[in-house]
Amino acid sequence: MDTMYLSWLVWLPVAGMVVIAFIPRDKTEIIKTVAAVATGLQVWVAILLWLDFDSASGTIQFAEKLAWIPSFNIFYHLGVDGLSLPMVMLTPILSFLAVFVSWKTDRAVKGYFTLFLLLDTGMIGVFLALDFFLFYVFWEVMLLPMYFLIGIWGGPKREYAAIKFFLFTLFGSVLMLVAILALYFYCGQTFDMLVLIDTAPMALDGVLWWGISAIKVIWILLFIGFAIKVPVFPFHTWLPLAHVEAPTAISVILAGVLLKLGVYGLLRVNYGMLPDGVMWFAGAIAFLGLVNVIWGGLCALAQTDLKKLVAYSSINHMGYALIGMAAVIAASSANGSNFGAAEAGLTGAVFQMFNHGTISAMLFILVGVIYDRAHHRDINGFGGLAKQMPIFTAVAGVAFFAGLGLPGMSGFVSEFMCFVGAFPVFRTIVIISAFGILLNAAYFLWAFQRIFFGELNEKYTKLPDINGRELFAVIPLAVITILLGVYPGPFLDMIKETMTVIIDQVVIWGDMAVLP
Amino acid sequence: MNIFIKYALVIYFLPLLAFIIQTFFGNKLPRKGDWVSIGAILITLTLAISMFAGMLLNYDPDFVVQESFTWMNLGNFKIEIGFLIDNMTIIMLLVVALISSMSHIYSIKYMEGDPRYHRYFSFLSLFTFSMNGIVLADNLVLLYMSWELVGLSSYLLIGFWFEKDSASNAGKKAFLTNRVGDIGFFIGIMLFFTAIGSFSYSDLFAGVQAGKIAGATLTVAGIGLFMGAVGKSAQFPLHIWLPDAMEGPTPVSALIHAATMVAAGVYMMVRLFGVMTADALLVVAYIGGFTALFASLIAITRKDIKQVLAYSTVSQLGYMILSVGTGAYIAAFFHLLTHAMFKANLFFGAGSVIHSMHHGLHKIDDHDTDPQDMNNMGGLKSKMPVTYISMLVGSLAISGVPFFSGFLSKDAILAGTLAYASHNPAHFLLPVFGFGAALLTAFYMFRMIFLTFHNEPKREDIFGHIHESPAVMKLPLILLSILSLFIFYTLPHFNPFSDMGWFKHLMEYKDSFVPGGILAHSTEEGLHHSHMTAMIMSLIVAAFGIGLAWLMYFKRSISAEKVALAIKPLYRLSSGKFFIDELYTKILYKPVLKLADAVAYLDWDLYDKYFINGFGRVTTFLSNIVGKIDYEGIDQTLVDGIGRSANRAGKVLRVIQTGRVQQYILFALTAIIILLIWKAS
Repeated sequence: MDTMYLSWLVWLPVAGMVVIAFIPRDKTEIIKTVAAVATGLQVWVAILLWLDFDSASGTIQFAEKLAWIPSFNIFYHLGVDGLSLPMVMLTPILSFLAVFVSWKTDRAVKGYFTLFLLLDTGMIGVFLALDFFLFYVFWEVMLLPMYFLIGIWGGPKREYAAIKFFLFTLFGSVLMLVAILALYFYCGQTFDMLVLIDTAPMALDGVLWWGISAIKVIWILLFIGFAIKVPVFPFHTWLPLAHVEAPTAISVILAGVLLKLGVYGLLRVNYGMLPDGVMWFAGAIAFLGLVNVIWGGLCALAQTDLKKLVAYSSINHMGYALIGMAAVIAASSANGSNFGAAEAGLTGAVFQMFNHGTISAMLFILVGVIYDRAHHRDINGFGGLAKQMPIFTAVAGVAFFAGLGLPGMSGFVSEFMCFVGAFPVFRTIVIISAFGILLNAAYFLWAFQRIFFGELNEKYTKLPDINGRELFAVIPLAVITILLGVYPGPFLDMIKETMTVIIDQVVIWGDMAVLP
Repeated sequence: MNIFIKYALVIYFLPLLAFIIQTFFGNKLPRKGDWVSIGAILITLTLAISMFAGMLLNYDPDFVVQESFTWMNLGNFKIEIGFLIDNMTIIMLLVVALISSMSHIYSIKYMEGDPRYHRYFSFLSLFTFSMNGIVLADNLVLLYMSWELVGLSSYLLIGFWFEKDSASNAGKKAFLTNRVGDIGFFIGIMLFFTAIGSFSYSDLFAGVQAGKIAGATLTVAGIGLFMGAVGKSAQFPLHIWLPDAMEGPTPVSALIHAATMVAAGVYMMVRLFGVMTADALLVVAYIGGFTALFASLIAITRKDIKQVLAYSTVSQLGYMILSVGTGAYIAAFFHLLTHAMFKANLFFGAGSVIHSMHHGLHKIDDHDTDPQDMNNMGGLKSKMPVTYISMLVGSLAISGVPFFSGFLSKDAILAGTLAYASHNPAHFLLPVFGFGAALLTAFYMFRMIFLTFHNEPKREDIFGHIHESPAVMKLPLILLSILSLFIFYTLPHFNPFSDMGWFKHLMEYKDSFVPGGILAHSTEEGLHHSHMTAMIMSLIVAAFGIGLAWLMYFKRSISAEKVALAIKPLYRLSSGKFFIDELYTKILYKPVLKLADAVAYLDWDLYDKYFINGFGRVTTFLSNIVGKIDYEGIDQTLVDGIGRSANRAGKVLRVIQTGRVQQYILFALTAIIILLIWKAS
């Protein structure tokens, strides 16, 4: 243990919080600067981590383990691998940019940034935690600030949205807690996730609860917990509401990071600890992915509120990741041991969750830009803005086309991989959801046309173009999107070894088990 | 690294560089940076000519170089991306570079004064970059990516004048219609990849040859790929976007929507011909043949000069597709080549006419008259001689008149169709489509020529202001007219009736990779046998078509109005474009939008509001009941009840608490007695 990158990542925002606590509430500029510095340092550490990360290894790196509550075998245990690294990179980047997005916040600035930094710690903690108890603590730590950030700084229906978000998530986390305790007691009273990944499949083998395999029950409990985050249809309705009501920066974080916890959790916990359940449930995941794609696409097409459109597009896009995740079973011997397809699908799913993070963040920032100026988000209420705001139009064009999966941008690559990977096993599902990319193009292009094309709406002849601060928040994301779209190889190299480990885990157990 | 690959790399990336420079700095550069894009494309052209010269020097039909790099490698899943350069690539590179250069130069004047002049050139560069990706790709991934990128540049350029709703609608329609085809394309790619495990063309061919994918799967996969071509090359039933795409600036129509991008579908089909099964090819042939005839039926009633050319493009692309379907895929590529020259020429000509009509209308302050409507033209021949002659040359070429390039390629296609039908008499319709379209093509092209350039001017007021276009617009016209002559395609031979020449030498038919598929020598034999018949028949139909147009629109000895009246239902179908757009609106767009609204309503106003919030309501309701039980039942009634009863009992018992000792003794005695009695009994 030479460098404690991970603890730095987790505790830097807390340090920022502490500093902010000592700053008088009216010194808002200083408070914002402190938040920017804290998250900026976090980005810096994340970059150092990335440079130091060994792509050739599929196991946990930079692990830190300290005893925390020894009587219950609870540890402060952090680590990073190819599954979490993309998100460990993305979380600080988006948090840093979100500080600038929220620069114009004027209400209770001190409280806002305190909660914001706490949220940051919670999020990155979940991705790094390797102790289930710690994982759960971070999971809940994230929930609370989110509730207040939506409920206090949100739009007109903020309280309703915050409560709904809170209850949905809490419902999920309760189920998750039950599952965690079940794993704890069945697998040698440990919360260590790495140990559980080794022991749980064996320990739960043959355990029956009410006549069905305990693995299935725990699978479902965890699945619901994570599915709410993804969100998977039919657990998705909190999302459009929360997105619409949340302030811009929080929408960015919600879409960019929080939704990823679902896919991350499924891959880390369900795929890792209950691999025999994957064979059983993959079909359902693929099917739900299809529903997400089509349902989300149709809903997005019908929206007139731009922010809600982007929110539904998240549902649509996460569907691709679900389909890609399901592809893992292609590697099982029952499906012809097609390891190539499993790698493409699983790596594609992780890549898709990263890409959706950057792309939807861009989209939400841009929605915020237009909302700040026009004070509404009605797609039909604009028109001809391309003439008035050429730079904004160009940047929005990049974001919209990234959203509709244009080649040359990262979203295309990951969608392509998800589809190609899932195709051998889920042919019909993939073919039907391929029509989702048509819906995808339709809602983005139609919205783009209504906002930017046509004669300029005379109400908006004085609308200023996007400013430097806003551009500063969007450009890095656009650059990442394009770089990864043009040459995704090195990025995927970081992920792939860990995916191989997951695939092997699923295949070894999946090939043996027939769950009652 | 092979010198051809090096050239190709420069050809590929130079327009991209120009695009980047133009996008970020175009507005600030002198002349709004048009020289950046034009410089890039001219260098590209020079390199393409060098490669072409190199190809002629090699004179090797089997010339091929390939170079690729690993784009991603996940262990068992690997994507290699690279260039494949053979004679077809080189010819196509030259076509793209040449037409693109012409379009760039032409645009200097055509787009002069446009507020987004720099943007226009940046989009043109983006297009050239993307198109060259399709041409150079050695694998399906780069092909598909470039395929979508040309779609993007097409979208941007069709909707270039986005203030007009018709333009932004047309751009959107083009993109979405193409995506429909691309879904099929993508499914085809996945079928091939799943069976073969690679995206590269050479692995694909080897895999098909080895039978890794065969039978119905191979047919479906082939038809999937073909769907991509149906979209991009505007074949029925996805042809609807191309006529609308004419909303874009005319040089764009010439470059993208006539000569190069729309031909990408044909290019792809020619490239991948070897994996098409006989069944797939039959579908291809029928779609192509039908489109050829169908589009020309629409073209004969167009009033807008660009619309005539647009439907003519659809029809000519149909020819090429038909030719691929009948196995004569080299003929299809030949037609692609000749068509690129004369069709770009025709569009540039039309642009020249529109430009000067626009100018004329502007001079008399008329902003309502459509400058593209042929009914406002007439007699322009004397005013615009260069435009007239070049359009005449183009029309002669496309009608298949000897001594022009179109004659050679069209003849080859028709011969292929005849040969196919003579082997498969059941498919006699294919040559009927072909010759029928040939007749109509000659008719509508000369209808256009006569209406636009001959007889008396229909609008004297504009006529005075009409004049020939400036030199940079004339240059492409002259150059492309010259390239529409037969000689450039028959060299080193000089026989105008035979396509024997460098092209035929360098582009040989190859055996299909499908086991039991079409063999090169049988295709060549068939072409050879039918050559004479096809030539004679095509001469007859061309003469008939031109003659009919001459009678109706030049001599006017047959009244066009009377003919229209006599065949009114047919006329209505043609002028209504067979109401395909209306049909799609009715059965597709509206239902989908309605479905979307219904789903959104279901999601938000029913599912979320009643079902999800229902949990909230049920919980609130239950907690109310529980609360009531808790407070009124347990707390108020039970808990407090105990207190109250104690209280009440206290009140009752207080009565006996008198404080008098005698009374207490009396109570005590009574109790003792009762106790004793009870104990004793």
